[in-house]
Amino acid sequence: MKVTRTGLLGLGAIAVTAAFVLSGCTPGTDGGAGTGGTLTVWVDAERLDALQGAADDYSEQTGVEVELVGKDNATIKDDFIQQAPTGEGPDIVMGAHDWLGELTTNGVVAPLELGDSAGDYLDVAIQAATYDGTIYMLPYAVENIAVLRNADLVPEAAASFDDMIAAGKAAGLAQPFVVEQGAEGNPYHLYPFQTAFGAPVFGSTDAGYDATDLQLGNEGGTEFAAWLGSQGKNGTGVFNTDIDGAIAKQAFLDGTAAFWLTGPWNVGSALDAGINVAIDPIPSPTSDAAQPFAGVKGFFLSAESENKVAATDFLVNYLGSEDVQLALFEAGNILPALSAAADTASSDPIIAGFSTVGADAVPMPAIPAMGSVWQYWGIAEAAIINGEDPAATWAKLAADVSAAIG
Amino acid sequence: MTRSSLLALVVKIVLLAFIDAVAVYAAFFVLLQGNLVATVAILVVTALINVVYLARRRFLPAKYLTPGLLFLAVFQIFVLLYTGYVGFTNYGTGHNGSKEQAVSSLLASSLVRVEDSPTYPVTVVDRLGQLGLLITDPEDDTAYVGTADEPLTEVDAEFENGKAVSTAGWTSLTFQQVIARTAEITELAVPFSDDPNDGALRTPDGSSAYRYLSTLEYDESAGTMTDDRGVVYSDIGTGAFVAENGEELRPGWQITVGGDNFVRALTESSIRGPLLYVTAWTFAFAIGSVVLCFALGLLLALTFEHARMRGVRYYRLLMILPYAFPAFLSILVWGGMMNESFGFLNQVVFGGADIPWLSDPTLAKVSVLLVNLWLGFPYMFLICTGALQAIPGELTEAARVDGARGWNLFRHIKLPLLLSTTAPVLIASFAFNFNNFNLVYLLNNGGPRDTTTSLPVGHTDLLISMVYKVAFTGQNRDYGLASAFSILIFVIVAGIAIFSFSRTRALEDIQR
Repeated sequence: MKVTRTGLLGLGAIAVTAAFVLSGCTPGTDGGAGTGGTLTVWVDAERLDALQGAADDYSEQTGVEVELVGKDNATIKDDFIQQAPTGEGPDIVMGAHDWLGELTTNGVVAPLELGDSAGDYLDVAIQAATYDGTIYMLPYAVENIAVLRNADLVPEAAASFDDMIAAGKAAGLAQPFVVEQGAEGNPYHLYPFQTAFGAPVFGSTDAGYDATDLQLGNEGGTEFAAWLGSQGKNGTGVFNTDIDGAIAKQAFLDGTAAFWLTGPWNVGSALDAGINVAIDPIPSPTSDAAQPFAGVKGFFLSAESENKVAATDFLVNYLGSEDVQLALFEAGNILPALSAAADTASSDPIIAGFSTVGADAVPMPAIPAMGSVWQYWGIAEAAIINGEDPAATWAKLAADVSAAIG
Repeated sequence: MTRSSLLALVVKIVLLAFIDAVAVYAAFFVLLQGNLVATVAILVVTALINVVYLARRRFLPAKYLTPGLLFLAVFQIFVLLYTGYVGFTNYGTGHNGSKEQAVSSLLASSLVRVEDSPTYPVTVVDRLGQLGLLITDPEDDTAYVGTADEPLTEVDAEFENGKAVSTAGWTSLTFQQVIARTAEITELAVPFSDDPNDGALRTPDGSSAYRYLSTLEYDESAGTMTDDRGVVYSDIGTGAFVAENGEELRPGWQITVGGDNFVRALTESSIRGPLLYVTAWTFAFAIGSVVLCFALGLLLALTFEHARMRGVRYYRLLMILPYAFPAFLSILVWGGMMNESFGFLNQVVFGGADIPWLSDPTLAKVSVLLVNLWLGFPYMFLICTGALQAIPGELTEAARVDGARGWNLFRHIKLPLLLSTTAPVLIASFAFNFNNFNLVYLLNNGGPRDTTTSLPVGHTDLLISMVYKVAFTGQNRDYGLASAFSILIFVIVAGIAIFSFSRTRALEDIQR
């Protein structure tokens, strides 16, 4: 290479400048050996402030620095699964129990020993945190759907599904009850009615749901399908796949619907709209209880964490305390998973209402087989609502699901 | 040397020095992480940059091209190569990390608490570098100590609040020391007694210990896992431990699987079926969009070219409005307007009709094209207006003298000239619509869903949205298969682009 004189001059200058800049950039050696390392915690950005206090307290008491990273709730799971194996992931991640199937299949979460404190949590929370007989999650909140009733339109809770529709019609409403559906259905919101007919998705054993025991297609399932068809497009029209979340919400806020089957996340907007909201159990179309799914939120410990001892200590002994659980409750307004905190929170009638319904709730299955169920379930229900033959569609659903599970 | 060139030299040196500093810093960190290839790559590229900009005149074109080429390499070529690589692996749900990680994860989750065993308060202790657990039996408050090799033995200890905190011959670790030795403590399992069936004590948090039995044993030399029923799972090269009856242990790990994903995409009937008709629809959609938008845009441009009416300028402005309005919003608004029971179209325009705009497989395709026409014609209108104005007046004049009128004039003079100038735009528009993810995803999420296949595809899904669904929705991700699809799409689009550009050259000859 022929280098001209200015070139040489330049190179020399670069070497000097580079050395200069570099000396300013050299990473400082880690501060004193007394610090106990750092815990990185990925949290839903909306809950960041609620956890900050607990994180600071923990740092102060133990010298372990807790770094909270606010993440978008929609991408937190995928980011965690992808980054954990690279060693760049967090030590602790906040999430929902139905991620467990995916997280364990990918080997990115470590078992969590709650020890004697397991008894301090609501039963449904511990069931949900347990996967294949092992607890993987520290639960902090339990969420389920219930019926929001506009008490100004209909003053009394309905005893059964037909009562509810009749009471609404008596109040002069064309579509008294709304529930979120959509072109691809919404099985989560229809599940209470399905369980009322005695058709859970999977049977269960002591260790949790049993993927080999598909109950979806049992006799109750067929009865449910027939009922759903009778309430669909060619029947009473109570269920309509064109009603999505936004339309259902608007109908309730406008007072054109008196009953809205939805979750605690929508209570705020109903109260803001000045509606006199009461929380009712879900009126059953049969004599059996309508059991919704319970979703349990919690914290997972990364399998690749290099700080497992501190992370476990932080989770079990700090985040499991009543103060922290109540702080998280105030940030999200959903029922705490710790029994003592749940009792305190239930002084609010709305929370108490959801908690009463939640007593019947069953954890949403987290087993990977559930992925195959979701894939077909909503589509089949939407087809039935839109007038396809209920029995045949339901039978095809059961067949498709068991084929996909293999 | 003039003052200005001296200043230029100084600026150049400072900038280069900055780049070099960043590069050396980056290389240093990458080297610390043990990635030798990346380190060498960074250094070589930086050296090349220095050579290009310091050598006078020798690499003049390179001085202009280097930044562009660098970004091309980082954001296009690297991404393409990496996607290609993933296409040859089984990366996806259940095959997420390395084999080592899978083994340690399997072993960790195979631990089961011994039934009805209590919680033992524990103090982590150390003797000449060897860790031990000093535990207190909660039933009779006696202290025991043990290590990984020696089962628990009873010792005399000092107690504090009913918990043994220290014993002679051992140093008790503080919480900070415990955390500093996390790795050792996580591994530490102290046998409860000489009988392995009694389990071993482990402490997950350094203050309490629990008694566990393991339900899986890993035989490192044979590379097999054995569970408590005696079933042997071995690594047979499929990226997971598999028992003789075909049962797999999850998690597995990532391996390269050669062309398996491509073979699957093209031969497995449940995948090939959707792949074929999605490909057909993708072509139909891309060609249909370009043709429709171009036709409408051209028609309007021709209309406005000699429009004898007042306020042509304002009409032109109106034509461009859909283009000026953010497409994301337009698409969502259209989606709402096409709702079957509540949408504006059915309720107001069609007076309460039940037209399944988005839920009927055929009509949904028409709807997607319709919305894309709305979004796309203003652009074509602008392009055609410009291109028409660029056609020299003498040419049309000469054609008129030769007796060409109306359609003939358009067909034989204007259209060929127009096509030769707009052809690159049409090709670009085709490539864009071929991958028009936003429209399909936001309008109807590719729906209505095709219920006959195991892939979560719908009747209006394009290849790109299908890839997205395979890779990023549901509980069973398959990044390998999705990457294989991406490579196929790349080959198709690149092939069409090359073919089209070679044809454009033929069109360009017209202008000479």
